[in-house]
Amino acid sequence: MSRTLLDKLWDAHEVAFDEENGSLLWVDRHLVHEGSHHAFAKLAERDLPVFAPELTFGVADHYAPTRGRASIADPAIAQMLERLERNTERYGIRLFGLRDPRQGIVHVIGPEQGLTLPGLLVNCGDSHTSTHGAFGALAFGIGATQVAHVLATQTIWQARPKSMRIRIDGMLGPGVTAKDIALHWIAKLGTDGATGHAVEYAGSTVRDLSMEGRMTLCNLSIEGGARFGIVAPDDRTIAYLKGRPFAPDGDDWDRACVAWRELVTDEAARFDREVRIDAADIAPTVTWGTTPEQALPITSTIPDPGTFDGGRARAAREALDYMGLTPGQRLEDIAVDQVFLGSCTNARIEDLRAAAAILKGRSARVPGVVSPGSMLVRAEAEREGLDRIFVEAGLEWVASGCSMCVGMNGDVVAPGKRCASTTNRNFRGRQGKGARTHLMSPVMVAAAAVTGRLTDARALMMEQS
Amino acid sequence: MAGWTTHDGLAAALPQANVDTDQIIPARFMSASRKEGYGDYLFADLREGNDAFPLDRHAGISVLVAGPNFGCGSSREAAVYALIDAGIHVVVAESFAEIFAGNAVNNGLLPARTAEAGAILEALGTETAKVRVDLETRRFLVDDREYGFELSEIWRRKLVNGWDDIDLTLSRTEAIAAYRDARRGQAPWIWPKTAPS
Ligand code: SF4
Repeated sequence: MSRTLLDKLWDAHEVAFDEENGSLLWVDRHLVHEGSHHAFAKLAERDLPVFAPELTFGVADHYAPTRGRASIADPAIAQMLERLERNTERYGIRLFGLRDPRQGIVHVIGPEQGLTLPGLLVNCGDSHTSTHGAFGALAFGIGATQVAHVLATQTIWQARPKSMRIRIDGMLGPGVTAKDIALHWIAKLGTDGATGHAVEYAGSTVRDLSMEGRMTLCNLSIEGGARFGIVAPDDRTIAYLKGRPFAPDGDDWDRACVAWRELVTDEAARFDREVRIDAADIAPTVTWGTTPEQALPITSTIPDPGTFDGGRARAAREALDYMGLTPGQRLEDIAVDQVFLGSCTNARIEDLRAAAAILKGRSARVPGVVSPGSMLVRAEAEREGLDRIFVEAGLEWVASGCSMCVGMNGDVVAPGKRCASTTNRNFRGRQGKGARTHLMSPVMVAAAAVTGRLTDARALMMEQS
Repeated sequence: MAGWTTHDGLAAALPQANVDTDQIIPARFMSASRKEGYGDYLFADLREGNDAFPLDRHAGISVLVAGPNFGCGSSREAAVYALIDAGIHVVVAESFAEIFAGNAVNNGLLPARTAEAGAILEALGTETAKVRVDLETRRFLVDDREYGFELSEIWRRKLVNGWDDIDLTLSRTEAIAAYRDARRGQAPWIWPKTAPS
């Protein structure tokens, strides 16, 4: 029988199935962070051990200070980090803690360390776990009760999602990135457009994306309602993984590569839903509202809420009110107060290079923060001199963590301030109470830094060439 | 967790689509332990300085009726803790984000999905209504009108029995260990080397 990649991954992980409870799936990698404290508390309450500590990894990222790590001023934050240290130590879980040179955002360091591999099932108590699907893994975010369940049993109960393929073909225009593909499809289908589905990304555009780009694309799947984003592994995947610290080597590597090459959707397999996108239709895209579906090409104007249907019209009006914008305003006329380049969506080395290429020899009109996806990304960027470009442009170069993606570590946008951001959610208050967030790609954030307003990065790229 | 089959309560409307988890509980409150209680943080930023917020206008609300795609965003279970600790037993909406709905069921909160949520929102307006929810029949009464809601059999049973998955799964430890051994035999490379430098 022909099977989709989703089917193959699912079937390979099914420990048990029954009508009453669904599938019991084996978990190959479980990633925990400071936010997993509820789950550890549940485990302790019942005095249960961790079933497979060797497959569990801890990371300090959500509360990780990006400055002044030597002495953490906020006792609540210090406590969160200590709790993670204590819990991982107690259960024999390897931790990439604050002082580890490999520390970084969980969805960046998993792949970077070779912990994320094709064919694995990856769970983490963070909705952007879909990122790891870029390697052909079955990766999805879970809540605290489920984290406790995975810790105790190394398995998870799940109902099989429906399958959906988003096929993107053709060449992306200059200045158009994986971030734009994601915002484009989410704007088209809505934030619940893929709810209940696992999305497999296919087509020539996806094949041509770097691993970094595929990670960005899979990362944002959740913003379109899909818990899973998957890309079939290929030569590029394998080349990325070779030699990574935790990746297999020797004979194991060869065997793994053979298995990984099987991880494709069969030619005749059918999807529950198919969506086709022409890469030529995608422009550099920015959000104007308070959900990722409220996104438009940078060349657009703010829409009139009256042109939307019932619920969406109301949502648009409320969003514009919160964002302090008016219908008819050109997106390029919107002034920003600051920029943020970071998060598991867009803070890998390729993202930093792309942003630095725009900022090179220019200065930023507004303040901004650059927080690399991991300390290793940070070190690499420094080797390449990217840090100097950011600093000379006037941006702040800080340590790695979730930072202004979620504001838990105290890095926040002040009330009413407008931020051009490479993150994944423009929800009200996500970057801080009253903060106004516009999502966009790293090149677009760099362009906004240079002009102090939302800007079509292509214009700046032309000037340079 | 205690199971339940029927709930009698008072409903109020939150007529907003895409109520995301950052609205339900802003991230800055999430370091509290469960014992400390999350009820005070529910919709903290939306409620501040807004006496007209449904939960502040009325006391004793246990059923919240909201717009589509409720609970989108983060996997933070604290969003469910905040609702429960504030006395909410049921959220009614046209659709729910999946992780939120799963988290809800794991904590005894019913995500009642119904295509009629919009009509109920409208009927409620800014008022409250008595509600009776029945998990057996998958129906609920708002004042005297009856509606059906969708809930998978798996989730219904979990809510009714107050089951904890961990117990259910621990009874299968042998099958899990057998799976692990077979997987390790077939694909040893999945187990990371113990100490890369
Ligand atoms: S950077 Fe943001 S989305 Fe990514 S793991 Fe951290 S909080 Fe979650």
